[in-house]
Amino acid sequence: MTVPRIPTSNQTIGPYWHLLEDKSWADLTRFGAAGETIVLTGILYDGDGPMAEGCIEIWQSDPPADDRFPGFGRSGTDKEGRYRFTTLKPGAEPGRGNAQQAPHIDVMIHARGLLHPVVTRAYFAGEALNETDPLLASIDDPHRRATLIARPEGAGVWRLDLRLQGDGETVFLDV
Amino acid sequence: MSDPLPFAPFAPATQPDLDSPAYVGTRKRHPLRAPVKMPQTVTETTGPRFSTAHFPPVADLSRVGGKEALGERIIVAGTVTDGDGRPVPHTMIEIWQANACGRYHHPGDQHDAPLDPNFHGNGRVFTDAEGRYRFMTIKPGAYPWPNHRNAWRPNHIHYSLFGPAFATRLITQMYFPGDPLLALDPIYNSVPDKAARERLISSFEIGLTEPDYALGYRFDIVLRGRAATPMEN
Repeated sequence: MTVPRIPTSNQTIGPYWHLLEDKSWADLTRFGAAGETIVLTGILYDGDGPMAEGCIEIWQSDPPADDRFPGFGRSGTDKEGRYRFTTLKPGAEPGRGNAQQAPHIDVMIHARGLLHPVVTRAYFAGEALNETDPLLASIDDPHRRATLIARPEGAGVWRLDLRLQGDGETVFLDV
Repeated sequence: MSDPLPFAPFAPATQPDLDSPAYVGTRKRHPLRAPVKMPQTVTETTGPRFSTAHFPPVADLSRVGGKEALGERIIVAGTVTDGDGRPVPHTMIEIWQANACGRYHHPGDQHDAPLDPNFHGNGRVFTDAEGRYRFMTIKPGAYPWPNHRNAWRPNHIHYSLFGPAFATRLITQMYFPGDPLLALDPIYNSVPDKAARERLISSFEIGLTEPDYALGYRFDIVLRGRAATPMEN
């Protein structure tokens, strides 16, 4: 017999979350994962400019997590607001119903001044499935849609800037 | 392949508003546009698994290298359940906090209070098969912060939980009963619902207290449970 309960409220991660930080977590290949290695990087902005104290986390369900690939990573943002992950390129994923989702990585942002985490996604420019991906297709404004799509910046390097507020504000997801 | 059963939406007013003007840090950091509603997919309904082999537990924050930290030793314990009341087993909990004087072992904390070489203030525990967790630490001190004139954070311990999915991620803070600073704290008061807010306050429990050693506090945590029926887009 179970009793329904109200989930615990979130509170900000604050400015001292680095006490948790293990910089190796930003490299999802550190346990020996094999596959197409990519770098996902970009700059985190708030309404005033680059944010040096952010905590970015990623989760991807493809390739499936195992002993050698955690699927999860955490990167702080440096003085220039830059985060940087090394991971494996995800493949397409089933969506709801018969839909296919384009390759993507879930991105979560925590920071002082954010009272709960916010979530967005990183898609990859040039993927044929981007045209029919259910989330991308649901966003009519091409400028808004573009905030979800990482651009190539050199071999194997993908750039996605994250903007919490104002011009070019990232599309955040209510999931 | 059948669709994954999504996690239930949060009850109204039980989560803080990102736009909470009394907490000055939110002003330039809350998105101005409403989030885009989307149905959860396999990306959101799955999540990381942390094994103790890669991520060894650190359940005693009260000493470093065998040397005792200064301050009031406490035990914090509780259970992690989901919205349906089921225990969340073997899930990782990360904790971090200020020392007994209200100072973090962090270069960014320049509060003029002593650092304690025997207190680092970070730990990691896992729930057992019944969702129970427990750690030993030092009661954190209150500290001033620059939000407004004479602003002080109530005593608190930061928590980070994962649960079964990326959708169940939780970042929160545990407070202490009877703290007069709670009524004045814009972060605590950013949760509109009073009952939800008060669930962030731990309770003193004599049953958790170890005689001649440490006071015990209980802090139970609830993560999102599965929705009764799949949500439609």
